Amino acid sequence: MAEKKKYNYLKEVTKGIVKENPVLCLVLGTCPTLAVTTAASNAIGMGLAATIVLICSNAVISAMRKIIPDKVRIPAYITIIATFVTLVQMIVKAYAPSIDESLGIFLPLIVVNCIILGRAEMYASKNPVIPSMLDGLGMGIGFTATLLLMGSIREILGNGTWFGMDLPGELQILIFLLPPGGFFVFGMLIALASKISGKKPPKAAGCAGCPLAGKCSVQKCEAESECEALTESAEKGGEAV
Amino acid sequence: MIKALVAVFLAAILTENYVLSKFLGICPFLGVSKKVNTALGMSAAVTFVMVLATAVTYPIYMYLLVPASLEYLETIVFILVIAGLVQLVEIVLKKYIPSLYNSLGIYLPLITTNCAVLGVTMLVIEKSSPQFGYLHALVNALGAGIGFLVAMVMFAGVRQRLETCDIPKSLKGLPITLVAASLVSLSFLGFSGLVDNMLG
Repeated sequence: MAEKKKYNYLKEVTKGIVKENPVLCLVLGTCPTLAVTTAASNAIGMGLAATIVLICSNAVISAMRKIIPDKVRIPAYITIIATFVTLVQMIVKAYAPSIDESLGIFLPLIVVNCIILGRAEMYASKNPVIPSMLDGLGMGIGFTATLLLMGSIREILGNGTWFGMDLPGELQILIFLLPPGGFFVFGMLIALASKISGKKPPKAAGCAGCPLAGKCSVQKCEAESECEALTESAEKGGEAV
Repeated sequence: MIKALVAVFLAAILTENYVLSKFLGICPFLGVSKKVNTALGMSAAVTFVMVLATAVTYPIYMYLLVPASLEYLETIVFILVIAGLVQLVEIVLKKYIPSLYNSLGIYLPLITTNCAVLGVTMLVIEKSSPQFGYLHALVNALGAGIGFLVAMVMFAGVRQRLETCDIPKSLKGLPITLVAASLVSLSFLGFSGLVDNMLG
């Protein structure tokens, strides 16, 4: 970088909570969002675990951003992230076995959570360590807050409790605890978020934040891929010469 | 034996559908299900990689990690094996079966970060017992893949109908897709208990 970019540290944190909320605006990390939000306490556990991994992996990836060759960066990122996930997994197993039990397979699956890989690719690989860590913190808080909101809605409507405490009234709409309720609440929250922010709701799930967006040609139009095939064959011809 | 295998296979497709009841692989489910063709291609690639990944990771876990008591390395080893495997499949297909590569190849890079694949490999380890061996694991992976295919294709059909509908402004795009997914998963709830009753 020729000129030193100035970072507004507070802004790095707050943008992840509202403006670029990873779940509701960027639509990343949908699987854990839907799966673990059957209770508010699960949501907090998942959110905290992901936040710790996000901050640590962002810090390491940002520190190593000049060493990691561009071609193998995705495997390198995955290895770094998997290391931290394993650490968190061991810590949770040792100190909070009940959380480990209720999150089940979704704890190790933080490895493939697109929020973490997406932030590594979009932010940490281009910015210094401290802003990257703050970015991770903000995104983590945004993720946790959304999970908590969704977990609370589903637990209150589905089970009539909040953090395990009984609430007045006999509200037990079981469907909100089942998979269909998860999809429904999530859809409604995104609609609400776009209504409040006045922006159009996102078209599809996290392609913008997908680390493979450049490599993946699923969404490309036919003309483009034809064009690519032409340039590729031209390149091959050049090599032969 | 065969009855047990059929039960595992059907359960993985219907009652324990990985997308609609386990919430694994939601990203491709929402992202690549716009057209029936792409949905088919993606789920074929996912099924293929699921079976292959299970075939490789199960022995690695049982005969390498367990004897060395390195079970805690499961996550990191599995994701690296899957990433390597996907890359390898891509190279082999490109070189030897270009026609298959042309139809499936573009989906392969997406699969590394597909949580359904990692999920299947880890869940079969969790389930493994003297009654649930290597063959059961493979059948489970195949069933999971087929279940993914069924969910994707069904959902693609629903979405194509949605395109011509008049939808309130804030619900356009993803929110209405999620509500549709909710209804599709509701229909899958109807299968619960079916497999046990049929083969019980």
